[in-house]
Amino acid sequence: MKQAYAWSAIAAIVLASTTGDVLLSRAMKQVGDVGALWRQSGLWTVLARVLRNPNFLLGVLAMTIAFYSLLFGLSWGDVSLIAPASASLTFVTNAVAAKFFLHERVDHRRWMAAVLVAGGVVLLAA
Amino acid sequence: MTFRKYLVLAGVTLCASIGDSLLSRGMKQVGSISLNHLSDVILAVLNPSVAVGILLLLGFFASYMTALSWADLTYVLPATSLGYVLLTLIAKFYLHEAVTTSRWIGILLISAGVGFVTQGPALTHHPPKAQPHKAEYETAPARNQQ
Repeated sequence: MKQAYAWSAIAAIVLASTTGDVLLSRAMKQVGDVGALWRQSGLWTVLARVLRNPNFLLGVLAMTIAFYSLLFGLSWGDVSLIAPASASLTFVTNAVAAKFFLHERVDHRRWMAAVLVAGGVVLLAA
Repeated sequence: MTFRKYLVLAGVTLCASIGDSLLSRGMKQVGSISLNHLSDVILAVLNPSVAVGILLLLGFFASYMTALSWADLTYVLPATSLGYVLLTLIAKFYLHEAVTTSRWIGILLISAGVGFVTQGPALTHHPPKAQPHKAEYETAPARNQQ
């Protein structure tokens, strides 16, 4: 039963953090290069533009859900299962989501990177 | 990629790995949280390790947002995964834990993944709205030195 709780926490973390990553990435692309914007118009303009972006706010909401799912998961299950399983799966789901929702050019190099890192994270926890 | 941008990626890496390990330690101190006492999860932030962990994760968030403003999601995520390698090396050389062969292979895989992705371009999709800033930034190298 504890195992079922742990895996439902992992599923919730992966789903929420992938949604959050995609929304935040889209928001920051809409804001534009933060370094350049800061030098051009100052910190307050950067903050205002980021905080007023709807994608940013939705992304933060999704990340909050992912964060509390992680806290629940860590108190129910073993950190050596929850953390690497959710982190590892998120690398792969993010590559898929970035390709379809953000139209990033996920070439073989990036697929290799995502799969290698996902595999490496699993081995580190073994 | 400028030196400053690599510094931002290093900030993402360090804050995430140290912050996560502090959170993990703190939640172990807090103990198991029951579904019947949901308020306990909010009170968990009163634990010092959880509190410092959250501060570091805020630093992670700021640098992560900065990185995402000039690089792809599929670039930033693998490029900052060296944090896992860092945590294992700390465990080996600082905490004197035994690192098994499978963990060394894991380190090799992650490092290879980071190598793969950082050889390619950081940004592949150029949204039209962000273009003026990007162009301005790249054509004014003198301002980058400030």
